[in-house]
Amino acid sequence: MAAVIAPVDRILPTSEARDLLALAAELADRELATRAPAAEASGTFPREVFDLLGQAGLLALPYPEAVGGGGQPYEVYLQVLEELAARWLTVPLGISVHVLSCFPVIAWGSEEQQERWLPQMLGGTTIGAYCLSEPHCGSDAAALTTRAERDGGVYRVTGTKAWITHAGVADFYNLLVRTGGRGAQGITCLLAPSGTPGLSVAAPEQKMGMSASPTAQVLLDGAEVDAADRIGAEGDGFRIAMQALDAGRLGIAACAVGLARGALDAAVAYARERQAFGQPIVGFQGLQFMLADMDTRIHAARALLLDAARRKDAGLPFSIAAARAKLFATDMAMSVTTDAVQVLGGAGYTTDFPVERYMREAKVLQIVEGTNQIQRVVIGRALATG
Amino acid sequence: MREVDSETMKIVVCVKQVPDSWAEKTLRPSDNTLDRESVDAVMNELDEYAVEEALRLQEAQGGEVVVLSMGPSQATDTIRKALSMGADAGVHVVDDGLHGSDAVATSLALAKAIEAQGADLVIFGSESTDARMSVVPAMVAERLGLPQLTFSSSVAVDGGTVRTNRVTEYGYDVVEAPLPALVSVVEKINEPRYPSFKGIMAAKKKPVQTLGLADLGVAAGEVGLGAAWSVVAEAAARPPKAKGTIVADDGSGGVAIADYLSAQKFI
Ligand SMILES: Cc1cc2nc3c(=O)[nH]c(=O)nc-3n(C[C@H](O)[C@H](O)[C@H](O)COP(=O)(O)OP(=O)(O)OC[C@H]3O[C@@H](n4cnc5c(N)ncnc54)[C@H](O)[C@@H]3O)c2cc1C
Repeated sequence: MAAVIAPVDRILPTSEARDLLALAAELADRELATRAPAAEASGTFPREVFDLLGQAGLLALPYPEAVGGGGQPYEVYLQVLEELAARWLTVPLGISVHVLSCFPVIAWGSEEQQERWLPQMLGGTTIGAYCLSEPHCGSDAAALTTRAERDGGVYRVTGTKAWITHAGVADFYNLLVRTGGRGAQGITCLLAPSGTPGLSVAAPEQKMGMSASPTAQVLLDGAEVDAADRIGAEGDGFRIAMQALDAGRLGIAACAVGLARGALDAAVAYARERQAFGQPIVGFQGLQFMLADMDTRIHAARALLLDAARRKDAGLPFSIAAARAKLFATDMAMSVTTDAVQVLGGAGYTTDFPVERYMREAKVLQIVEGTNQIQRVVIGRALATG
Repeated sequence: MREVDSETMKIVVCVKQVPDSWAEKTLRPSDNTLDRESVDAVMNELDEYAVEEALRLQEAQGGEVVVLSMGPSQATDTIRKALSMGADAGVHVVDDGLHGSDAVATSLALAKAIEAQGADLVIFGSESTDARMSVVPAMVAERLGLPQLTFSSSVAVDGGTVRTNRVTEYGYDVVEAPLPALVSVVEKINEPRYPSFKGIMAAKKKPVQTLGLADLGVAAGEVGLGAAWSVVAEAAARPPKAKGTIVADDGSGGVAIADYLSAQKFI
């Protein structure tokens, strides 16, 4: 039983943003909420949902209209992600990864590369993958060892990328590879279409949650990438990757707010119906206080997220703000989804209700795009060095 | 019979804004009419099918699609949704004097607005999820002297004729009429599209005309609560659901259930 998701009273900058949020909620209710339980149970990637959202223009919202995007500020784009995440995390998380995968070409690509890549990337018919992590290094991404050797007009790439969202279903792969010496300066960003010779995908990981979102290793065995598809110069790769992640973290935070909201709505609906000691359990103050805390923390996370988004939209530095938002929102989602299971009691621990799935899904948000320890490293370092 | 050039055919689709079906609906204590302001509102579901059918006819043979809605100021949201799906223009009939109008009065205002548009084909959803009477399309057709092809599960326009499958209890009838005509559609007819973000942006630039009672040439006394043929004298909230009856089955459960059902006059 999926709970009805109550609308959020938002302050939005334009009437088209209001209509866009209404469209997102409608698509989420009709196309996401209805499919999520079965697809997560069977581990089926919902490509048809991405196609539908692509047609609706929801896969390229934050990029300029001039290159085929929706021209929406992050403030609006992130609330669309939140609206979708309140029904099914796999989909907005996938959109966030796709948007992240488009970032290098948009921010660093040459005019020629933009003309060649952006129509397909932003056209709503393709999805991307972003390959930074490796089996031996996730948090310490600058230690990556996947090697790319220049050979005439191509790079030959050898190594293993790990934990790659959309591996096997993506149409293009951003590869962060080593072309130079050790450390961050030796890293370069390449772009490889699916079907690149020498690029293959391992069997998907068996995960605790988000089974419908494939995560797998990308195996590079002398994979030939056209040198024309190097984004930026050799050695720019790490800076590109970190910039992309700053924006990507806001996407993860938005997913966390939505997921928590879905859990709260399910908990409230159940608490109004369920009777104990001769009254609906929502009447017990002990439970009401729990719901009130959940609600307050969701609103606090959204406020923090939107503040970071508005900084980005205004062209101000936002990387610490994004780290705070990611840290707070995803820890909040873990605790709110755990509390939602508690509100449902024994029922919450069964697959008859969605909250146990929400709790399993929340966990991944504390890990991806920089673990929450790494977010604290980012925030703490800024405090330490001023 | 009027010659209709399909390339310039004008289709008017009537759409209604209704309370979201999950929302808790309340009556205004002052006059026992539905409180439309405090509730989340959406386009009546069947009207989405009507808009979709109009757009498909337009895509197949050209012409113009105008959406017409009568409702309070927030009904512009529903008009904008139809425009973002692809309709070309909107007409919003809005006037404080229309508040509390019954089906007869509603059909008068809509008929006047359609007349002013000069429609070749008028399309309605066959019922609204709030009132559920299915009478407004028929009343509008009567007022305009148009043939009415109601409960259609398919619509085809060929030159000056429209042909529909009219759903009945036993299957469907194939019915045909000369244009101009009025059609109402059932949900079997198509799968409505979602607006796209491009459509949302385009909708902002499309014309929406606002018409009041005076513009329509309707006198205040002909519509509104005062002119309604019936009024709600009194209303009470539905009592909370009583606890169900539990029959313990010690072998005689079947008989007990049969006794219960027959006492309730179900069997
Ligand atoms: C479902 C899923 C999808 C993913 N999708 C992608 C993807 O699309 N692309 C991609 O590139 N990666 C992806 N990842 C990988 C993800 O970004 C990494 O798992 C993450 O960065 C952590 O790296 P790690 O797993 O190697 O953990 P490690 O780096 O080994 O960390 C282990 C533990 O040590 C802690 N730790 C490490 N360094 C420090 C430190 N300096 N201070 C304090 N604590 C520290 C970490 O916080 C963590 O608790 C995905 C992961 C998952 C689970």
